Amino acid sequence: MNSAPYPRIEVDPPNDYPLYRSTGLRGPKRPLVPLAQSLSEITGPVFGHERVGPLDHDLTAQHGGDPIGQRIILTGRVLDGDGRPVRGQLVEIWQANAGGKYRHPVDDTSAALDPNFSGAGRCVTDDDGRYRFVTVKPGAYTWQNHPNAWRPAHVHFSLFGTAFVSRLVTQMYFPDDPLFPYDPIYNSVPDDGDRHRLISRFDLDATIPAEALGFSWDIVLRGRHATPFESQEG
Amino acid sequence: MTELLRPTPSQTIGPFFHFALPWTDGGLLVAPDAPGAVHITGQVTDGADQPVIDALVEIWQADPAGHYAHPDDPEPSAFVGFGRVPTDAGGRFDFTTLKPGPVPGPSGSPQAPHLSVSVFARGLLARLSTRIYFPDEIEANASDPVLASVPPARRATLVAVAEGDVLRFDIHLQGEMETIFFAV
Ligand SMILES: [Fe+3]
Repeated sequence: MNSAPYPRIEVDPPNDYPLYRSTGLRGPKRPLVPLAQSLSEITGPVFGHERVGPLDHDLTAQHGGDPIGQRIILTGRVLDGDGRPVRGQLVEIWQANAGGKYRHPVDDTSAALDPNFSGAGRCVTDDDGRYRFVTVKPGAYTWQNHPNAWRPAHVHFSLFGTAFVSRLVTQMYFPDDPLFPYDPIYNSVPDDGDRHRLISRFDLDATIPAEALGFSWDIVLRGRHATPFESQEG
Repeated sequence: MTELLRPTPSQTIGPFFHFALPWTDGGLLVAPDAPGAVHITGQVTDGADQPVIDALVEIWQADPAGHYAHPDDPEPSAFVGFGRVPTDAGGRFDFTTLKPGPVPGPSGSPQAPHLSVSVFARGLLARLSTRIYFPDEIEANASDPVLASVPPARRATLVAVAEGDVLRFDIHLQGEMETIFFAV
């Protein structure tokens, strides 16, 4: 049995995944070395409102005009391993614009930049663990991984959780994307159920009539065994 | 025992995070002229020994007394021992910080002073985790339970090298000198 405070549950993609070509020279070749969790691993930075400005959650309001694209509300709850809300948690996101273009010098795709859209957002979860962003739906984009390679539309997410071990950088997808079968990054998650949990769901309740479509996506961070359980075991 | 929920899986940070994640002065945990400031620099390289110019490196550490800025520390520190920097065009990263004190290990025995490190990059589908130990802590390193748990031939990949006023810690994603990465 796993007695680590934050048990390791294998959900992540492998380091070596040849279908994603860049892993070839970058993914470590040797197995990860087990590490007994100490205070160094069960602590981690705790960031909240001090990193967030008033317009950071609204990616459609960061410039003088309206960005091009389908307005969406992106919301959901950040939960720990017991399904409890993770409150006051900094959530950072970044994404391409509606045409599938990032505001980044390395993005050499032919799509246009939108002067009214940067694509970076931050917010802090509320007492229910809920985050909420106003943005536009990102476009799919091409990349060089293999001939005719396209990434399904996605939004990048970064969260800290409550400990060094719970740090998470991931991507959220949109329902029914026809590109899923062809995307090695999405398909690198070994378990079908885990992989499907990267997909948001259309949420009529989160839509704003005549303004924005709603998508809901919950995030589960590495969970910790409750202390009473540990003393029962002892 | 209640079953824990399966966490949301990791996906690569990709090549386009630079306009969102780096923070102003993300590598300065203290001012360069602060008393006791230590300068840690290094390079991330790939399996062809080429610099990884689009990685994000984060550190997490205790304060000089060995306490973390976290409620689970018996004496939570006011020093937020967190830094985050993207690698530059040479694959390099820099942190200016304070040297942490020893912190308790999993069984209560002390661990040598160390920084916990996360590495993210295009081509890494999940965060990599390693540690930076200090070269002047010969005795503490010799009795550190984590250093003791790794193959002796690879132990040196976890210890910074003193180069004048700076500590150098290179991160080799692959190759002969592949850095030890932990399953945390
Ligand atoms: Fe992307």
